[in-house]
Amino acid sequence: MNTLLNVRDLEVEFRTYAGVVRAVRQVSFDLNAGEVLAIVGESGCGKSVTAQSIMRLIPSPPGKITGGSILFNGEEILAKTETQMQKIRGNDISVIFQDSMTSLNPVLNVRTQITEILRLHKKMNQSQADARAIELLSMVGIPEPQTRLKSYPHELSGGMRQRVLIAMSLACDPKLLIADEPTTALDVTIQAQIIEVLKNIRQELNTAIILITHDLGVVAGLADRVMVMYAGNLVEQGTVDEVLCDPLHPYTWGLLRSLPRLNMGPEDKLKPIWGQPPDLLLELDRCPFLPRCEHAMAICAQDRPPAFNGKASHTVNCWLQHPMAPPTSRPQEVG
Amino acid sequence: MAISPELFKPLDKNRVQADEARPSITYWQDAWRRLKKNPLAITSLIFIALLTLTAIVGPFLSPYSYSDQDFDNIHLRPCREHPFGTDNLGRDILVRTMYGARISLAVGFVAAITTCVIGVLFGGISGLAGGKIDNLMMRFVDIMYSIPFLLWVIMLIVILDPEGSKGVNLSSIFIALGIVYWLPMARIVRAQILSLKEQEFILAATTIGAKKRKILLQHLIPNVMGSIIVTATISIPEAIFTESFLSFIGLGVSAPMASWGMLASDALTTLRSYPHVLVFPAVAICITLLAFNFIGDGLRDALDPKMRK
Amino acid sequence: MNNPIIEVTNLKKYFPLGGGFFSQAEMVRAVDDISFTMDPGKTLGLVGESGCGKTTVGRTVIGLYKPTAGKILFEGADVSTASKADKASSRRQMQMIFQDPYASLNPRMTVGDIVGEPLDIHHLAKGKKERRERIQYLLDLVGLNPDHVNRYPHEFSGGQRQRVGIARALAVEPKFIVCDEPISAVDVSIQAQIVNTLEQLQDELHLTFLFIAHDLSMVKYISHRVAVMYLGKIVEINLSSELYAHPVHPYTKALLSAVPIADPTLERKRKRILLEGDVPSPINPPPGCCFHTRCNRAIGVCKEVIPEMQDLGNGHLVACHNYH
Ligand SMILES: Nc1ncnc2c1ncn2[C@@H]1O[C@H](COP(=O)(O)OP(=O)(O)OP(=O)(O)O)[C@@H](O)[C@H]1O
Ligand SMILES: Nc1ncnc2c1ncn2[C@@H]1O[C@H](COP(=O)(O)OP(=O)(O)O)[C@@H](O)[C@H]1O
Ligand code: SF4
Ligand code: SF4
Ligand SMILES: [Mg+2]
Ligand SMILES: [Mg+2]
Repeated sequence: MNTLLNVRDLEVEFRTYAGVVRAVRQVSFDLNAGEVLAIVGESGCGKSVTAQSIMRLIPSPPGKITGGSILFNGEEILAKTETQMQKIRGNDISVIFQDSMTSLNPVLNVRTQITEILRLHKKMNQSQADARAIELLSMVGIPEPQTRLKSYPHELSGGMRQRVLIAMSLACDPKLLIADEPTTALDVTIQAQIIEVLKNIRQELNTAIILITHDLGVVAGLADRVMVMYAGNLVEQGTVDEVLCDPLHPYTWGLLRSLPRLNMGPEDKLKPIWGQPPDLLLELDRCPFLPRCEHAMAICAQDRPPAFNGKASHTVNCWLQHPMAPPTSRPQEVG
Repeated sequence: MAISPELFKPLDKNRVQADEARPSITYWQDAWRRLKKNPLAITSLIFIALLTLTAIVGPFLSPYSYSDQDFDNIHLRPCREHPFGTDNLGRDILVRTMYGARISLAVGFVAAITTCVIGVLFGGISGLAGGKIDNLMMRFVDIMYSIPFLLWVIMLIVILDPEGSKGVNLSSIFIALGIVYWLPMARIVRAQILSLKEQEFILAATTIGAKKRKILLQHLIPNVMGSIIVTATISIPEAIFTESFLSFIGLGVSAPMASWGMLASDALTTLRSYPHVLVFPAVAICITLLAFNFIGDGLRDALDPKMRK
Repeated sequence: MNNPIIEVTNLKKYFPLGGGFFSQAEMVRAVDDISFTMDPGKTLGLVGESGCGKTTVGRTVIGLYKPTAGKILFEGADVSTASKADKASSRRQMQMIFQDPYASLNPRMTVGDIVGEPLDIHHLAKGKKERRERIQYLLDLVGLNPDHVNRYPHEFSGGQRQRVGIARALAVEPKFIVCDEPISAVDVSIQAQIVNTLEQLQDELHLTFLFIAHDLSMVKYISHRVAVMYLGKIVEINLSSELYAHPVHPYTKALLSAVPIADPTLERKRKRILLEGDVPSPINPPPGCCFHTRCNRAIGVCKEVIPEMQDLGNGHLVACHNYH
């Protein structure tokens, strides 16, 4: 398998009134061609910032990528000029955001918005572009694409707009698609439709997808690999089966125990993670999860846990994985 | 650091400190902090404070009064006895400018206060009531708007002061400005209340049984306070300017009282030979208007919730 | 069996759409002829896609909206025809917890004042000391630090703010609380905190909840019975375990099959019933069964006749022509 994206020790900061927010801290991961990688975690843990860094879309000021490297196809993204980045964005890497209403231009119809990209990046003429646009719209499951081309964004429902966005992002056959909470604003029935569309895309086009979401159900249905983030840190990553069925980090346990399970009896209770995530203004030289962790040990308060590799594909940043740690099995409710 | 088995003992949970959130600051503290970072606004604020102080105590400290005439010393250029010089009746321009500041500032502040009281109540009630009442109240504002400001003020002054030939009573100027200047305030407050009204905390107040009056005074107005303050601050220079203009065209305060507009108007007749008589009141008007506008802008930035982080 | 605490019969709520000074407005049929009952001390879940009228039902039941037609009985008494004093007291017994933890607390008031406001309005605490004690008791009850009375809402996280909202609703000692998507806007780990708190309060204070949500798995967990809404109508009501195990209405089936499960092996095996298209507009709902535009089992009669609610026994009600 060839590695499409290689991120090492990424650091992103925002300078705000209250101080320096370290939004992403020492995050490293790889993504292979055609693979779906899900990033999960609580709100504010740095998922979107990580994804925006790959596109170099961090608003600056106040934001700044302060360290690390991002290799896309072996080339350093962080060393590229803004003009070079503009070629990459939309062409090699494209992105869909959560809010489909504001991502589309309200005064242009669907046809103009899609064909514009094709004519700009692919140098197609109008009739070629129209044909491709219809092809793209039917690929994302829009009925009667010919007539839909003339619609304006406000005439489409939320699910339709999200499809149009996906179609636009696929216009130039990107190698990587970043989907930042593509279904969060949608109803479950529409979410199911969009998940189907994304599944088809990766099967037919072999596009790699970075899927950001906080819904572990969506992850289970779509992802090959999962990274769990907490307070700007990567805490666990592995294949979807490893992370969801055999998780090793207490935070992942906590997430799974907070969800109602199908096989729950009437007496079974949810086990929330008490407390709340730390403020990212804090400089933490200990495990960020410590105050909420049931298994905390003395060493957790003294040093940040490094990444432990049980299996090559599964890394966990938790001191429980250290050979000297007391054996701790995951709670029985999980998995 | 050496890793020893000791380090893998469970941690005493009671000793683990929960992460504290960032220190607490209220909306006003936050706004003040932001305002402090705006040098233009702060300088202006200090200037206005000093001006107000001078306007209040200055005339008492001066050996002359605003109406003292000294025909031996007319049209003096600035000198030791008369730092700003004297006018065509030998009155000290410094004390008259300070006195003018009194009137101008009073006009500004009184206009701001009336603007607040009438505008906020009118806009608040209109926004809260909604529907037909809102529609009627806003059509009334539209009609008021369609008549030029100055026409209003001049008409009102003529009505309030029938013997206007001898100059105009200060209180009629106050009333005239007050009646006219609340209109933008009413519109702004209404628009904000209309959108706030749909917020869930207003519904929450309704479900716990709060009366409309309480909802308006305790929930809505405090949340519109930022805009109210900005609008009021911006209405001060407008009122000062209008008063100066009225005095300038002879509809202002009656002589020998002095306002900046009147000083400027008096100076005009002798402008060619004695330009310095015009300079001082004119500069005072300019700087003051500028300062109030800077403060208004600074407050707008400081109180804008979108700037909050 | 206890008498129901809430009985809603043939409730309708139409909103006029736009409409100027003189013109006759079109109507949004937000809630269109629904009936249900609620038992004291139990939770009724209300699920459906957004815009199907869940919030409107909740707000109409507690009297924030005036119903267009239909009856709402609270402990056997009609709320709309009650005297002014009775109305005020039943209003007090019915409270609401809101969806948005950021918009539902006045940002200019301290948490103490937010929770204290209902105490002041209804004169529930005599003197400063009793008021303070009561506020601290309430904060403690919902799991907040009672020393935080003087803090402002923006100093709290989403989950903590949601608890402040719960404490405010509890201040007037209500019997019935409408929870309008109280967990939609907070994180998974915090959702469980809030749901646990609500369950615990229900046990301690014998509260009745109308729990509105679009997260179906959480609704199943917290509710005793669940009602499924589509386009202003209730299409199926059943005990929650039954509804999830044996859904009968085609819409319920589709809705349940769309819920993703956090288990990759199950997810891979699952066959989805994908619904085509979107929910039609409630301004011109389709004639007959309002679901027929998306239903995979629709038959001729569905396009013309509105299906009646049928009782399949054990409180299982369903409105579909395919079940007799
Ligand atoms: N423009 C910005 N200025 C200041 N801080 C920012 C900015 N953008 C993001 N942050 C901070 O960076 C951190 C991570 O934000 P990010 O948007 O990546 O969160 P997320 O994991 O995507 O959360 P969500 O699930 O809510 O989308 C947060 O603490 C956020 O406050
Ligand atoms: N105050 C209102 N005025 C006009 N239409 C409304 C109002 N409240 C709700 N509606 C409409 O009624 C329908 C049902 O809304 P709602 O009860 O909020 O749905 P849900 O809570 O299920 O998402 C929607 O079409 C909505 O646009
Ligand atoms: S490193 Fe320690 S505190 Fe952190 S998750 Fe692991 S056991 Fe818990
Ligand atoms: S009545 Fe007909 S259209 Fe409606 S749900 Fe039943 S089968 Fe489908
Ligand atoms: Mg995000
Ligand atoms: Mg709703």
